[in-house]
Formats: sequence, structure tokens, C-alpha cells
Amino acid sequence: MTNTPIRSPLSASAVAGLKKRYRSESLYRRLGLGAICASLGFLAFLLASILQQGGGAFFKTEIRFDITAEAQMDAEGDAFILLRTTLRNSLQGANTRAARRQAYALAGADAEEQLQAILNGTQSTGATPGDPMPFSIWLSASDEVDFAVKSGLVNLMETDAQNIGQTRLTTTQLNWLAKLESDGEIRTPFNLGFLTNGDSRDAERAGLGGAIMGSLFTLMLCFVTSFFVGVMAAVYLEEFAPKNLFTAFLEVNINNLASVPSIIFGLLGLAIFLNMFGMPRSSSLVGGMVLALMTLPTVIIASRVSLQSVPPSIREAALALGATRIQAVFHHVVPLALPGMLTGAILGMARALGETAPLLMIGMVAFIADPPSSVLDPAAALPVQVFLWSDSPERAFAEKTSGAILVLILFLILMNGAAIMLRKKFEKKW
Amino acid sequence: MLKTVNPLARHKARPQEQAIRTLLVACAAAAILVTVGIIASLLFESIRFFSEVPMGDFLFGTTWSPQTAMREDQVGSTGAFGIIPLLAGTFLISFIALSIATPLGIYSAVYLAEYAAPKSRAILKPSLEILAGIPTVVYGFFAALVIAPLIRDVGTSLGFDVASSSALAAGSIMGVMIIPLISSISDDAISAVPQSLKEASIGLGATKSETIRQVILPAALPGIAGGILLAASRAIGETMIVVMAAGLAANLTVNPLEAVTTVTVQIVMLLTGDQEFDSAKTLAAFALGLTLLAITLVFNIFGSWIVARNREAYD
Repeated sequence: MTNTPIRSPLSASAVAGLKKRYRSESLYRRLGLGAICASLGFLAFLLASILQQGGGAFFKTEIRFDITAEAQMDAEGDAFILLRTTLRNSLQGANTRAARRQAYALAGADAEEQLQAILNGTQSTGATPGDPMPFSIWLSASDEVDFAVKSGLVNLMETDAQNIGQTRLTTTQLNWLAKLESDGEIRTPFNLGFLTNGDSRDAERAGLGGAIMGSLFTLMLCFVTSFFVGVMAAVYLEEFAPKNLFTAFLEVNINNLASVPSIIFGLLGLAIFLNMFGMPRSSSLVGGMVLALMTLPTVIIASRVSLQSVPPSIREAALALGATRIQAVFHHVVPLALPGMLTGAILGMARALGETAPLLMIGMVAFIADPPSSVLDPAAALPVQVFLWSDSPERAFAEKTSGAILVLILFLILMNGAAIMLRKKFEKKW
Repeated sequence: MLKTVNPLARHKARPQEQAIRTLLVACAAAAILVTVGIIASLLFESIRFFSEVPMGDFLFGTTWSPQTAMREDQVGSTGAFGIIPLLAGTFLISFIALSIATPLGIYSAVYLAEYAAPKSRAILKPSLEILAGIPTVVYGFFAALVIAPLIRDVGTSLGFDVASSSALAAGSIMGVMIIPLISSISDDAISAVPQSLKEASIGLGATKSETIRQVILPAALPGIAGGILLAASRAIGETMIVVMAAGLAANLTVNPLEAVTTVTVQIVMLLTGDQEFDSAKTLAAFALGLTLLAITLVFNIFGSWIVARNREAYD
């Protein structure tokens, strides 16, 4: 017996080819992973850049000024004069006309209101109104100052001349700010007004309060209408509908409705609700109804899936014990399917919350300063506010826009989180 | 004394139950009412529009400048309502979106369906879905603020003449938005391919990637194509991204670096702002809406038909 070398069953060319094939195998795998990474990388880039840009919107710059008793005497209760006197006196070298104007420009548009509130005695300083006492107050700074402080331009200005080009503040103003900052007279506290104020032309005052209220009204109306109608329609289609042409047509119709572009629903709202029925333009009533029509197919489809997952034994048991079909469905099947229906409805609401285009069609795009107090009032919605602010040429509104997007995304996360929790908690394996 | 009960009498629905049933039917019919409302309102206003502007001019005209229609005492005050440049812009942007989303979506789906371990799939798939959950106004803001200047700067440094709101910027962001749509439908189509086909291919000595390329993808192709059609319909009907990142002026071009406008942008432009409702300008928006509805409906019906047929083929 001679020792024959063990030979591979593959020919030499096949072995070489195998290597190549394995290489292309790992390349292909990496291509797939790369595609996912590219998509997720973009998502991360988008969120990071919005977060980086919008984080500042939640904070606002304030400067502390000492309000002297003499200045209060001179102003005689007029906040406008008091503010100007204070600025003039507190900032060194504000004695020429031009320098004074620069000093006045540091205060924000709402600083005067802050002072007025104190002079009227609506906000306590510890002093009795009408009785001049020196006190110090944190006054809101203008949007240019806000930008300079937040981006650290105030301290850079001497060394880095290029940075001055980024701000419209003059060297004099920057010098004042640098002095104030080194004295600890500048702070950037949380800006509650951003979440509670209505919209405003002044960036310092503009807030999301009106938009949040508008979105709340719109969504509540949308939820009530589309959930009720959607669940009832789903119950009919799943539990009662005979198998006939009408039912088949209904199903095709609902599926197609789910993929109609959202702007078409806006046109529908404009033609029917506004022009035919004469409902109030820009109101959250019309907005909610348009969004309800838009989410209706989603709710119906989700509710049907949820009803389908309830096993037939439940229905049969109820019917066997003498329940009518209506009783079997509404006492037994619907309660079991409700968590699933609710999950679908919340996801539909989340989509409706981010929807902008149909609201533009029905006029929910106007500048509205006061938060709505009823569904009939003109209102803005969160995504519409994003759209409106993104159009503004003022730089301060870019930060506000990103801040509004963060609030919008926060609400979306909350709603989706609620839907996921609901599903986890009530999910049943039959 | 016993009363005889007719068991059949119990079957007669009680009146309140009959009322509930009627309510159920009414709610289901509401869905039809919505469709009827959409079609009726679009048709009605469009017919009024076509009584002012001939349908031929609308469908085949190559200039779109509705602004002139407002100046009634001027020469040429009729305005030009040719939809061709709008359709060209819409399809250009959608094409850019699809050429970005299709490869990324399909490769993501292949990885998720065939390579990813169940654990990483459970994380990656929902993460990818987040892209579809982000409001389009956010994409639009991002496209206008970050992507469009980026593309312009890169293009200018390479010596191209790039418009500040180029079709490329709007299209690429829209592409990112529809990646999850394509990937989830492709994922379904790939999963629907029977295990026996895959096993036969592996058994014959093919590597996994060869199996995917030569067996799975061809078998899943109709389903994937249907998904692409549905994604195209989404892209055509998308509004906010293009309103914020695409151009306003109608421009008949295939150059992705130029600014083009779309059907949806023009609907928004025509209807936001104050004007009386009966002018040709506002009515034109409904004619555009009708066109948009018709196009997306064709894509949708065709797309879902293909997807459904592909699913049935392997059941």
C-alpha cells in the first residue's frame, strides 16, 4: 500500500474560485450592513444637528440690572423711561446719542413688560408699589445678545476678530457684555416662556404655547371622531358584514384611502368644510376633522387586525350562552380587542400630529399670537409653527424652529412609547 | 302553567340592536362618504376650472405661470396653466428619491431578512422605521437648512452651477424618508420566498449571497417592484419637503442641480395667501389635486396589486 496524498474533491480552479466566492459573500454581507448603517447614520446626523441647534431655544439670556430709587422717581411709574434710564446709567460710556442707542438695544422686547409688571405691583420685589426702593432685576436680553452669549462670542471678541462678523453687535456692546459676564451679571436660565407663550414677531417673546394648545385641540377632536367611527366601521366589517360586492368595495376603498396623499384631504376640507359648510377658517375644529378623515383608514385597518386576533371561541361561547350577536361582540370581543385598537389609534394620532400639509390648505398657517381657548378659535399646530418659523429670516428663529422640532419629536416619542407600553401590557397570546 | 316559547322568536333582533347595527353600517359607509367627498369636491372645482382654461392647455401646456392671472387689466392676463413642467419636476424629484431609497432599502431588507441575527434584527428594524415616523416638516427644514447649502457648496467647489434649492437636495432627503417603506415591503417579499427554494440553492453548493442574488431576489422581484411603486406614490404626493426645499418657479429641466417645482408645491402656493375663491388661480389648485390623486391612485392600485399577487404566488 502506497500512501496517496489526500486530494481535495475540488479542482485547483474551483478552489481558487471558492476563495473569490467567499470574498464576494462577505462583501455582499457588508453591503447590506452598510445600507442600514447609512440610513441610521443619517437619522443620527439629523437628530444630532437638530438637538445641537435647538437645545438653546429652551434657555434664554438675562442680564441683571440695578434699578435705583432715583431712576424710579424720575420715571414716575413709566417702565419705558425707567428701562432706558437704567440701561444708560448701568452701562459705562453710554452718554453719546449713538452709544445710548446701542445700550437700549441690549434689552429684549419683553424687558419693558417685566419692569412694568413690577411697577404695577403684580410681581413682588419686596418693596411696596409706589414706594421707590433700589432693587435688582434679571431683564430679558435681545435676541442678538442671546445668540452672542450662547455661542460664546462675548469672550472671544478681542482675540478672534472673525467672530465679530457673526454677530450684529458692535464692539462697544460686546465690551459691555464681556464686562457684565465677568461680573456674573449674565445668566441663561430655563426659558419657560418658550413652552407657554403664544407666537410673536419678537424672537425673545415667541413661544409654543399657542401651537401646543392648537395641536392638543386638533388631536383630541381627531381622536374622538376617528376612533369612534373607525372602531364601529371595523366592527361592522369584521363581525357583521355579509360577503358581498358592497363589502368588497368598502375594503378596496379603505385601503386606497389610506394611501391618498395628505394634501388631498386638505383640499377636501377646504372645499367641503370651509366653502360648503362655512366652518371657521384656521380653527382647530376644521383641522381636527380633516386629520380625522385622514387617520380614519389607519384606525379601521388597525382595529380590524385587532378584532381578527380575538379567537372565535370567545364569540361562540357567548353565543352558546344565549347572547345576541350584538351582545357577544360588544360585551366580549370588543373589550378584548380594545388595547390593540387603541394602540393603532395612538399611532395614527402620532402621524396626525406631525402632519402639516392638510392644515396649510385650511388656513392654519396664519400668524396667531393668542393661544386658542376653544376649538372655534384660529389656531396654529406644532408642525405648522415649525413651518412658519423656518420661513422667518431672523436668525434667532432658526434656533426656535429647531427647538419646536425637539418639542414635536418629544411628543411623538411619548405617544409612540404609550402605544408600545399598551401593546406590551395587554398583548395576549391566544 | 308553562308558557310555550317559540325558540325562533329570540332570533328577531331587538329594536335597540337594530339601531346599533344601523349605526355600524353608517360608520362603515363614512369611509365611502370620504372618498365620494374627495372625488366630488375635486371634480366639481376642476370642472369649473376647465370652463375657464381649456383642458388641452392644462394637460399639454409647457408653461406654468399662474401669477399673471391676477392682473386682469393687463395684456396676457389669462395666465398660463400648463402642467407639464410641474409633472416633470415632480417626477424628477421622485426619481432622485427612488434612486437613493431603492438600493438602500433593498440592501437593508436583504440584510435584515437573511443575515441579521434575530436579536440585532429586533433592534435594527424598528430603528429604521423611525425614519418613516419623523414628520416631513422636519425633513423639509433639514433639507433647506443643511442639505441644500451642503450640496450647493460641494457642487460649486467642483465647478457646477447649483441652484440654492436644487432638486437634488429635496429628492435626496425624500429618498431617506421612503427607505423604510421600501425596506419593509422588500423584507416581506423576501420572507415570502419559500424556504424550499433557498434550501435547494444552498444544497447545490451556492453561497448565501449567490442564493440571494440568483434565487431569492428574482423570486421576490415582483413584490419589491410593487413596493417601489407604492414608494413612488408616496414621493409624488409628498408636500412639506418640497414646499420647504424645492423651488417655486416652474422649470422644465432634467438637471438635478437646478431648482424645479412640483404639483404639491404649486397647490400650496396657490391656496396659501388671501384671494377670492373663484379665481382661476385657486380653482387650478383643485385641478392639480385631481391630477395628483389620479397619478397616485394608479401607482397605488398597480403597486398593491403586484404586491398581493406576489404574496399569493407562494402561499
